[in-house]
Order: sequence, then structure tokens, then C-alpha cells
Amino acid sequence: MQLTVWTYEGPPHVGAMRVATGMKGLHYVLHAPQGDTYADLLFTMIERRKARPPVTYTTFQARDLGSDTAEIFKTACKEAVERFDPQAIIVGASCTAELIQDDPGGLAKTLDLNVPVIPLELPSYQKKENWGASETFFQLVRGLAGGRTPEEKPEGAPKTCNILGPTALGFRHRDDVTEITRLLGTLGVEVNVVAPMGATPHDLTRLPNADFNVVLYPEVAGQAAQWLKRTFGQPIVSTVPMGVNATRQFVREVAELVGADPEPVIAQADERLSWYSLSIDSNYLTGKRVFIFGDATHAIAAARIAEHELGFKVCGLGTYSREFAREVRAAAKEYGIEALITDDHLEVEDAIVAAQPELVLGTQMERHIAKRLRIGCAVISAPVHVQDFPARYSPFMGFEGANVIFDSFVHPLVMGLEEHLLGMFREDFEFNDDAQASHLAALHAGAKHETIEIPEAQTAPDDKTQDVVANGSVAASFGSPSWTDDAELELKKIPFFVRGKARRNTERFAAEQGVNPITIETLYDAKAHYGR
Amino acid sequence: MNRHVPPHVAAAEAREADGLGCTDVTPIKQRGQHEVFCGLTSIIWLHRKVQDAFFLIVGSRTCAHLMQSAAGVMIFAEPRFGTAIIDDRDLSGMADMNEELDKVVARLIARRPDIRMLVLVGSCPSEVIKLDLGRAAMKLNERFAPDLRVLSYSGSGIETTFTQGEDNFLQAVIGGTPRAAPDAPRQLLIAGCLADVIEDQFTRIFHGLGIENVHFLPARHAEGVPPIGPNTTVLMAQPYLTETAKMLEKKGARVLTAPFPLGEEGTTAWLRAAADAFDVPADRFAAITDAGRERARKAVSLYRDRLAGKRVFFFPDSQMEPSLARFLSREVDAEILEVGTPYLNKNHMAPDLALLPSSVRLAEGQDVDKQIDRVRADDPDLIICGMGLGNPFEAEGRTTKWSIEFAFTPIQGYEQAGDLAELFARPLGRRDLLQVEV
Ligand code: SF4
Ligand code: SF4
Repeated sequence: MQLTVWTYEGPPHVGAMRVATGMKGLHYVLHAPQGDTYADLLFTMIERRKARPPVTYTTFQARDLGSDTAEIFKTACKEAVERFDPQAIIVGASCTAELIQDDPGGLAKTLDLNVPVIPLELPSYQKKENWGASETFFQLVRGLAGGRTPEEKPEGAPKTCNILGPTALGFRHRDDVTEITRLLGTLGVEVNVVAPMGATPHDLTRLPNADFNVVLYPEVAGQAAQWLKRTFGQPIVSTVPMGVNATRQFVREVAELVGADPEPVIAQADERLSWYSLSIDSNYLTGKRVFIFGDATHAIAAARIAEHELGFKVCGLGTYSREFAREVRAAAKEYGIEALITDDHLEVEDAIVAAQPELVLGTQMERHIAKRLRIGCAVISAPVHVQDFPARYSPFMGFEGANVIFDSFVHPLVMGLEEHLLGMFREDFEFNDDAQASHLAALHAGAKHETIEIPEAQTAPDDKTQDVVANGSVAASFGSPSWTDDAELELKKIPFFVRGKARRNTERFAAEQGVNPITIETLYDAKAHYGR
Repeated sequence: MNRHVPPHVAAAEAREADGLGCTDVTPIKQRGQHEVFCGLTSIIWLHRKVQDAFFLIVGSRTCAHLMQSAAGVMIFAEPRFGTAIIDDRDLSGMADMNEELDKVVARLIARRPDIRMLVLVGSCPSEVIKLDLGRAAMKLNERFAPDLRVLSYSGSGIETTFTQGEDNFLQAVIGGTPRAAPDAPRQLLIAGCLADVIEDQFTRIFHGLGIENVHFLPARHAEGVPPIGPNTTVLMAQPYLTETAKMLEKKGARVLTAPFPLGEEGTTAWLRAAADAFDVPADRFAAITDAGRERARKAVSLYRDRLAGKRVFFFPDSQMEPSLARFLSREVDAEILEVGTPYLNKNHMAPDLALLPSSVRLAEGQDVDKQIDRVRADDPDLIICGMGLGNPFEAEGRTTKWSIEFAFTPIQGYEQAGDLAELFARPLGRRDLLQVEV
């Protein structure tokens, strides 16, 4: 039993819904109680989908238990096929129905439905949303493409590929697909099928016709792509084209597969991240401490971009995807840090507080944490929020994705000259602790807080009530050396966004040198010792 | 005032003479997919209301995910609710579930020493595996009393819809309250969660009427519920408290029935029920309520043009639907096509039903697909529905309002009557405003 307030992932049947809702012509009959229908709102509200998810819930009740829940399932299944006329259905149980063991797959088989029925076994008490999406997609692909023979293609026909992984409710999946389809087109590659998003069950039967597979989201499509490779010998392009370098690598990998020349495509790319990052204006980005948390694919890519394409310093990297812990651990090692593998957001919050970053790249959960701590933040991964479905075109992948990433990682930071001025005029009343960068929400003036604490929003569901200032005396509360009043005052003259680092460095320095208490001297000694 | 009287209103007023309205209308009862929240969802307001309580759901990842999806998606840093997620080890017997629960509770109490009331909330999984939360609560009570009171109730989706969670919670709250002494002074108990601001308004009115001894259920703090007995007159502020009302009656209390306090008319009738029970003279009642009535009428009148004659369809959600429909029909002259409700308590609802025109279609329970068919056939001007249905209807060019807003917004009483009308009017006004199309 685990105590949870917020979760990064829903139950596995929500993953199945993401696959089913992304597709067309597929229906999902889910044995589940009425409350589980909440999942519809994820799609219609958060993603603003125009149609209800293609899901029929049996909504059995307590009085049905032990008598006719199986009958209820069969009726729901039959009626759903009649009403929605799908090309195929998937059937399964949510957590409650799993306990009553009605066997939806077996029941559906007895109905002689005139459509393929793909049963799903998604263990709700072990697995989570992404696993559920992956398993569902795999079962669909295996069930519908299995046993097919790839079509013969005429000599000289253009090379084709499948784009695998995008689902409903995915972080920027809509625009990533557009961007990558376009990119593949510049290499002369045609897209055979995009799946699950936009595909019908019939389309899945055509998957074997492609020359290779592009896996954009390994969390969802890795398993299915492996199966396609084993079964039909389709190679996998596994580089996720996020960031400039990975996109170039992706282009080269694809070009190699199809025998095209990648260099013109790379040379003509409408990519601005590189130049913007090289431009003198971006000097101030150097060494900005960034904390990264999200699904494995996005977290690993964000870290690589942050460190190698923007010149930040990755001071924290983690994921909630336990299935990909190994990959994230390996990535973290490159940056000399220990990966954080957890699905407990309180642990993530503690890690952020300890790492004292200047920028957080995370999920909606981290956005809230960063807001409370008054640290800039950009969202890079699901779980998503209505804001993660912007009206404008904003992919995270491909060359345009790199442009979008430059903007979204850099804008939350205080600008270069702004930062210098803050350093010069740190006594200016508008630059003091309670004055925030103009793009961050205004906070109460005059509030001074000595420690970061995790506050409880007692009064109102509004960030304005969270009087918490990241002025970085956390280390002090962990029993580090004490500060003289003078030194404490001097520390306060350092702009708030670097103060945490200064305090941490000084305390580490003092501890190493055996100095206690910390004086103004110690502060500047430490500054000289570590440099900026 | 030149009141426009559509034919159906005239008809309703005619029927009112014999007090029937749609009392006799047989509700449609179809068994199909229910598209409503489970009782867990009422924790969203309960945990704000009872300020020293923590609601611990014992359930699955689905329950936790429901709560975060429905609770305005991740706003609170650390709300006073959480889920103890049952996992494989619990189910396979590798871990003793009661011990596991004890551990979770110990962690929670260590983290939140300010908590005075811990509420264990049962879910579908905990019920199907027959985890005895009542017993768990009893044992925890022995351990933590008197600093912490531990209660339990079920908010499961196999037993409860949405607001019924509050019904079960309130039974748990009053289950342990002592019986009032026979000579205890008379008291008025308002049952059903109301916004703090509304409680304060009503308190002022009751005091003005000379009813001094007024309590609210739930109270804002764990210790706030008085002994209950024959000295207690109960006025229901919410329509979904069927079982709570029965329990109060069993304790000797007298439960009044009245229209629910929505709109000027409903609020007045509701207050009058209490005033009559406490023998408040008519002139005093008028003196205290006239100004509020006038303000409410005026505030509502601002939206009448927009709402009059509009054809409205209610999906089932909170059980407040008949009262909301009555307000729309009576105070802004809207035409009500269908009133869906998860459960229809004909007793508690009688006064509201009597004020609804007999042309109204009532529907109890749900088959959502068939209900959607009826919407398409009716082509209403405004659909009150759940969050999963709103956008799909909007995409069809229909105008909708999220039903959950009526549960989450202060709408009761005179001062909120205008806000209530505005909630209905806004989507219509917005459609008029926009020069875009899907
Ligand atoms: S319906 Fe049951 S399983 Fe689903 S969220 Fe509600 S209590 Fe949990
Ligand atoms: S404060 Fe203004 S200038 Fe600075 S980063 Fe934000 S938007 Fe850009």
C-alpha cells in the first residue's frame, strides 16, 4: 500500500484509452464501475477533443456483483458493436473488474461478434498508464498485423516507413507527427502508417508493408516495433529526433537506411537553436543549473539539449518511468549525477529543493513545485494539462522542435542584461526578493521568508497564496554551520536566483574548512574558491 | 413588471393550484452506461469544508487518478486527501493489508499533526475485497483517541454517485454523536455542505428570525456537531442526503421538507419552512427576508431575457437537477425538456417537483448513449452535462454548461440567486458574442 496524493501516471487502462482514442474505427469495451468514466474528461477537456473517447464502460454496481456482471458486460459489448460499428474492438477490465474476474476476453468471444476482438490483460495493481498504452498497442499490432505478408513493391518505388508511438493525450504528439512526416518527406521517404494516432484497425494490418519503423515514443511503441522487427524484419530508427544534434543523427540514420544523402537536408534545415545559442546574447545561459524530470524519452533528450546545445548545467535528472530507469541512470551518469527514479512527487520536490536549480524542466507537477519555489519552469513531458495543447504549431521534435525548445527553455529565465542589472542594483527596491521577473506571477510585496517549506494551500486554490520564496536557506535548516548576522545580511544582497547557490557553496566551503560561524569573510572566501 | 408568461409556465401555474406539477410524472429508467462520478468526488469540497479533517481513500490507482483529474487538476500543493493505493502485494496476501494501512496512517499522522479527524474512505476495490474499514477505523480510534477521531464511509462507485459520497460521510459523522438530553433547548440543524459565505448569510437570517441555536452539518471542525435528538429540527440544504435524513429521524430529529434554497422563490420557501417550525410570526419573517428577496429578484432579472423561453436539458450529476430546473422554469421562464438525476428521492424532491411543469421529462439513472440520442432529437438551447460530454456537444454546435459547476459554486440563498442565473446565462451569452464557428 502506498500513500499517494498526485500520480504521474494513471492506471493501465487509461493507457489503453490513449491508444484507442488516438485511433479511428476502434472501440474499447471496459468492464468498470461508473466512477471510472471520469477518464473521458481527460480527452474532452484537457485535450479538447471533439468526440467522446470510443469507450463503453459497463458501469456495474454493487447489487450486480455475484449475479450478473458478466451478463452486463456481454450486453454492453453487443450494444457497443451495434451502435458504433467499429472495425475491431478491444475488451478489458479496470481495477475493480479485475477483482471480480469476469474474463472480458472470454465473454466477448462467446458473442460471435462480426469484428476482431482483442482482449487486454492489464494488471492494474502492478502496472501503470504507459505500460498499459504499450501493451495495448502491442496487442493490437500483433493481433491485426500478425500473419500478414508484406505487399510486393515495384522496383524503384519510394521508400516508406511507419511512424509509431503517438497517442491521444500525448505531450505535443500532434505537432511532432507533422514535423517528422515533413522531415521524412525531405529525404524522399513516404509515411505508410502513423499509429496509433490517426490509424484504423485496418491500417494496422498494413504496417508490414513499410520498409522501416520510426519510433517516436519508445514508452508506447518500443515493444510493438521490436515485434515488427522480429516478425517482418523491419529495421527501427531509434534515435528520437529531439534537439538539433539528435535530429541530425535521425536524418543521417534514415538517409543511410534508404540510401539518400542527408547533408542537403541538414544544411537547409530551418533551425535557429544553434545560432541563437552561439550568439553573444546567450552567454548568460552558461552553467545555468537545470533540474529535469519527466518521462524517460523527454527527460533524457531535455538533459542532452540543456547541457550540449544550450550550455546549461544539468543538476538533477529523473523519471517516473521505472521501465526506463536504466536508460535514465546511464544518462545521469554522463552529467555526473545520480538519477532520481520515483513516482512520488514529494520526493521530486525534495530533490528540487536540494539541487537549487535556476530552471526546472518537468511535468505539470514540477511546474507547480517550481512556481511555489519561484523558480522558472518549462513543461517538457506528460502528464499534461490543457496548456500543453497550445493552439499554435509547437512540436518538440525535428528542427522546428529545436526552435520551440530554445524558446521554451530560455524564456523562463531572467534575461542576460536584466541579470547584470539585478547584480549591480541589488538594493533597488523593485529588484529585491519580492520583485519577480516580469513574466512570473506577482507575489505579495514585503513577504520575507527564511526557509523553503512545503506549504499547504489552506486558503485558496491559487498560487498567489503561496508565500514561499526560494531564498535558499534550506541548507541552514539541515544543521549546517551557522551564519553571523552580518554575513546573513551580505548574503541577502546577492540576487535571489543565485543566492541559493551562494549559500550552498559557502556552507560547503565552511564545512570543509571547519569554519563556524560563517562571516562575511567566509562568504567571499567561498566565492573566490568556487568562482561563479 | 411585465412578466412574459410562456404557455408552459401558464400551464404549470394552473397545475400548481392542485399542487401536482410533475409529481406524478413517471421517470424514465434506463439501465446502461452511467456517465457520472463516484462518491469519492465529494471529497473535493468536503476536505475544504472540514478544516481539520483528512480524507484517506483506500483504493486503487484509478481512484487516485480520478481525484486528481476531477479536483481541478493538480492545484493544491498538498490537499487534505490522499489515496492509499492497494497493490499486488496486498492482494496476494504477501502483505497484511491492515498492517499496511496502519503504516500509511502512521506516516500520515506524523506528517500532518494538525489533523483532528481522519476519514477512511472505501472504494470499489476495497469493497470488493471486503476490506473492513469500519473495523480499521475502530482500532485506530482506540489508538489515537482523543487527539484524533477516525471515521469511515464508502465513496465507492459501485455504491454511490458523486454527491452520495457526502450522504455517506455525514452518516459517519453523526453516527457517533450523542443523543441530546430530553430537555435540551430546541435547535435548527442545516444539513448539507454549503459554502462558508452562505452559512454566514443564513446564520444572520435565522438569528434575525429569532432562531438562535443554529448548527451546520458538516461543521467546519471535527468537534462541531451538537448532540442530536427530539430537540432538533433539520432543514436540508442539499437534496442528496437521503440516508442522512433517515438517520437523523431515527435519532428523534424532525426533518422538514421544502424546496431547496435556490433562487428567490426556493430560498424563501426553504426559510419559511424553518420559520413555521419555529413559530416565527409572518411580519417578522417579512421584515427579515423582504430586502433579500428583492435583491435576489433584481439580480436574477438581469438574466431573464437571455434565459426566457430557452429549452434546457439536464444530464444526471448531483441530484440537484430538479431544484435547478425548478429555478430556471419558475424564475427565468426557461423551458425544461429533460431533468436527469442519478437518484430521485420523491419525498425530499416533492416540493420542487410540484413546482415543475408536468411537461418535464424526468429520468432517473442513465443510459448515456440513449440520453445523447434524446438530446439530438430535442435539439435543446442549453445542455447541462458532465465534463466528458461538454466539448463533444459543443463540437456539434450545441451550447453546454458543466454540471459540476453547480456543485462547486456557491449558488444557494438570496445573495447568490443572480450568480446562479448567470451560470446558466453565460454560455448562451458567449455564443451570441462569438463570431467564430467550428
Ligand atoms: S468508481 Fe470505484 S474504482 Fe473507480 S474511482 Fe470510483 S471508487 Fe475508485
Ligand atoms: S521577464 Fe520579460 S524579458 Fe525577462 S525573460 Fe521574462 S519575458 Fe523575457
